[in-house]
Parts: sequence; structure tokens; C-alpha cells
Amino acid sequence: MHSKSSLRTPLARVRGLGSAKSGTGHFWKQRLSALALVPLSIAFIWLVAQLAGADHGQAVAIISSPLTGILLLLFLLSGLVHMRIGMQVVIEDYVHQEGAKVLCLMANTFFTIAVGFACVYAVLKISFGM
Amino acid sequence: MVQLTLPKNSRMTEGKVWPKPDGHDGKPATNLKEYRIYRWSPDDGANPRIDTYFVDLDDCGPMILDGLIWIKSKIDPTLTFRRSCREGICGSCAMNIDGTNTLACTTGMDAVDGAIKIYPLPHMPVVKDLVPDLTRFYAQHASIEPWLKTDTAAPEKEWRQSHEDRLKLDGLYECILCACCSTSCPSYWWNGDRYLGPAVLLQAYRWLIDSRDEHTGERLDQLEDPFRLYRCHTIMNCSKACPKGLNPAKAIAEIKQMMVARQF
Repeated sequence: MHSKSSLRTPLARVRGLGSAKSGTGHFWKQRLSALALVPLSIAFIWLVAQLAGADHGQAVAIISSPLTGILLLLFLLSGLVHMRIGMQVVIEDYVHQEGAKVLCLMANTFFTIAVGFACVYAVLKISFGM
Repeated sequence: MVQLTLPKNSRMTEGKVWPKPDGHDGKPATNLKEYRIYRWSPDDGANPRIDTYFVDLDDCGPMILDGLIWIKSKIDPTLTFRRSCREGICGSCAMNIDGTNTLACTTGMDAVDGAIKIYPLPHMPVVKDLVPDLTRFYAQHASIEPWLKTDTAAPEKEWRQSHEDRLKLDGLYECILCACCSTSCPSYWWNGDRYLGPAVLLQAYRWLIDSRDEHTGERLDQLEDPFRLYRCHTIMNCSKACPKGLNPAKAIAEIKQMMVARQF
């Protein structure tokens, strides 16, 4: 925005472009998804334990039950929301060059959506036996 | 990317070992404390160095600041540091002592085993030796408008406050703006240009919670920002560092709670 040698006053630099008047949404969502992930992660681990040693037919049978399918979708939703916000915080913390930061934030969103849709597609495909 | 190693011109070198002093009787002093101090001058173009000094404890007060003043007056007058009140109320002598940001005047030499290693407050531009440039820190403090803001006509005498409301300022008003907390915060190191840091956020909360202030909402608007406030990741170095025993991390948590409270 302005070079380091700019003659702007310290107060003008600190005020910068002003407050974004946002951030509380992410703060709240991060905590809400964390809370949701406590039981959902336990359920997910339990599910993986059930699938251990199961053959393909048994695995499909377990996952295609409505309860398991919904549980997996909820786990995915909370996990992906939590993952995206968490990664965004890391990027904002450590990537300071504007261009690279915007690219990383975009890649983070695209990755989350792509992984999310692929997972949801897989769960639904098994659930509906297609 | 964030800078994790020191730039070439900031790498530390071994500096001068100053001779051990003589005692009052003219013989070499025996009751010595070793100081290893960061030295850098903007004038000579050299890298920073660590100078070693020996303080005669039989001729010097017990605090780390006493030792620094003794060195400056008895051994090396070029050693540069800030100090004023020598009793922990001005915040001038904040520096990194034995790996922790604290006040040289309220830390005893006996609190450090072996040599006392002293550096300027971390991750701030250095003016000279132990003097950091706190221009931005003070501008950040100014940016939160640290004064009572009201719209109601001023009362004839004073703005009144209940005893209970006054108690809410305890643990906040004592902050002396020494910058020990802010300069101990990794988030402030990486993003100090946009993150306000623990000291300034504690000050912001001091005005948010003041029952006499009428601009609470506007103050929250100004803080609600992914960088200004939400760079705090509850690392808690601030509360550990504070030489006044205050809890900036708690003040920041209270601000976040206020932010959420006004959403629902």
C-alpha cells in the first residue's frame, strides 16, 4: 500500500485502511465447529474401528445405513469448516506478501470445496447404493 | 513469508570483555556478577555484539538496573538504556533479561543464576543498545483513543461511578505501557503492523469496561477486525511476561466475549 519510507505519520500507518468490522463470525464458527467435532470425531473413530477388517460388502452395508451416512456428512461439514478457518488463520499469520496471501486464501477455499464435494459425493453414492 | 532467521546485518557477534573492576581497597574486586549485554550502534555500520561486564556487588545496589547504571557510570558510559523511576511505575527499563521481558528495576540480580544476559525488547527496531523504537506501539495506543468519551453534557462536578463499577478497572488501570507483553507475543512479532497487541488491547478493554464511557459500541467497531483483535491466538506469553502481574490475555478474551455478546 505505502512503502516503508513513506512519510505517513505513525498514527496513519496504524489506522491503515480502518477496521474490517468482521472476524467475530469466524471466531464463533471456529468454536462452534470445534464443539461439534468433539462427539462427531469420537463417532468417526468408532466407525473406522467398525470398518477395520470388514470386507467391501460389509463396509458398504455399514456406511449405507442412514444414521452412519448422516453422521459422516455432519463430521465432514464441521471438519471442513473448521479446517478452512484454521488454515486461513495460519495463512494470515505467516504469509505477508499481498499477492501470495490472496492466492493462498483462494487455494484454501478451492481445496476445501473440492475435498468436501468429493467426500460428500462418495458418502451419498454409497448411501443411495448408486 | 514471516522472517524466522535474523537478517545478515542483525546477526550477533562476540564483543568486548571488559576488565574486572578493582574494589574500594584497590585490590581486584571478588564479589562479582557477570553481565552479557547486547550492543548495537546505528553509527558504525557493525553487526550487534555481546559485551561482557563485571559488576562489583560490594559497590552496587541489588537490582539489575542498579548494575546497568553502575556499568554506565563506572565502566562504559556509551552503554545506552532507558530508565527513570527505578521502582516499576514508569516502564522505561523494560528489556529482555535472561530470556524474559521484564523491568530491570524490579528484577533482582539474584533472580538470575550465572551471567545476566540482557537484550532489547524482542522484534522491535533498535535505536541503540537496549533502546527499542516504540513509535508504532505508542501510535497503536493512541489509535484506541484512550480517554473517556461521552455525548451527555458534562456534569457540574465529576462523572460518577459506583464502587462496584470502579472495581472493574482494577487489574487494568495499573498497566504502565512498558511493552513487555506485546513484545513477548509471537502474533505481535509476525503481524505487529496490524495486530494491536496485548498491551493496547488491555488498554482498549480498560475503556470498554469503564461504566462512564458512552462510546462502547464504536470502540468495539474499531476493534472488530481479523488483525487488530483476532490475531490473538491465546498464546498467553503476555500474561506470563507482565511485570505488574496483570492479565492481558484475560482482557482480550473479555473483548472477544463482548464481540460475540452483541451478535445475539
